[in-house]
Amino acid sequence: MNTFKINHRTSSGYDVLDLYGELDAHTASQLEDSLKLLIDSQKSNIIVNCKDLDYIASAGLGVFMAYIEDVRSSGGDIKLTNMNDKVYNVFDLLGFPTLYDILDDESDAINKFLSEA
Amino acid sequence: MDNLTTYQITVAASTKNLARVREFISEHATSEGFSPQTVADLCLAVDEAYTNIIKHAYKFDASKIVKIDLEFDDQKLSVRLRDKGESFNEDKYVMPDISEQIKNKRRGGMGIYLMKKLMDKVTYDSSGNENEIVMLKKRE
Repeated sequence: MNTFKINHRTSSGYDVLDLYGELDAHTASQLEDSLKLLIDSQKSNIIVNCKDLDYIASAGLGVFMAYIEDVRSSGGDIKLTNMNDKVYNVFDLLGFPTLYDILDDESDAINKFLSEA
Repeated sequence: MDNLTTYQITVAASTKNLARVREFISEHATSEGFSPQTVADLCLAVDEAYTNIIKHAYKFDASKIVKIDLEFDDQKLSVRLRDKGESFNEDKYVMPDISEQIKNKRRGGMGIYLMKKLMDKVTYDSSGNENEIVMLKKRE
């Protein structure tokens, strides 16, 4: 059945959310809760690792849309990494690559954050 | 005369059933020879249509049902979703401006856009007491 899981860790001082499984209108609230929790504790440099994200529907993309402005207005960003082709294709269809940093891996995301600091 | 194969699933209008609906589409489209990328596109289009019914037609009332028919012929696949909830007014639909929505911390409206992008034809009909969305995908 529907499996989705999020793991939170820190890497070089950045907050990383590792996503696993399928992100749809049923599971999007879990991602929303995790992002809210970070934002509420003033964390604004967030990396979302999509390596094990197998599927995303627009409800999942909606979560990134709803919170990116909060994070950016406090000087941070949400950077997305390690997307498989199928997941990237959905982001691409909606024009997200021009609005979000979508990077190959975590070290690229960290370097991007460092270059922006 | 074309060879027709049809499958049907009736599900309660709950996001809990999204994975099951995707599995239903994926299983049959795969065994009918559609490529993995097309199967992924089909699953997403049906997911978006079904999610819209749950949210907008039935307003998350899980006691309501959605009927999904999947039909294959020599040229194409056709998937039809039917509900008896509130109708969708296609004339009022405007394609979302994602960068504008981000600024306003808004979301939504992307499902229909994706369905139209991913499928060859999408039609919506709400005459009578039933809403029906039909999506077609040609065989590669």
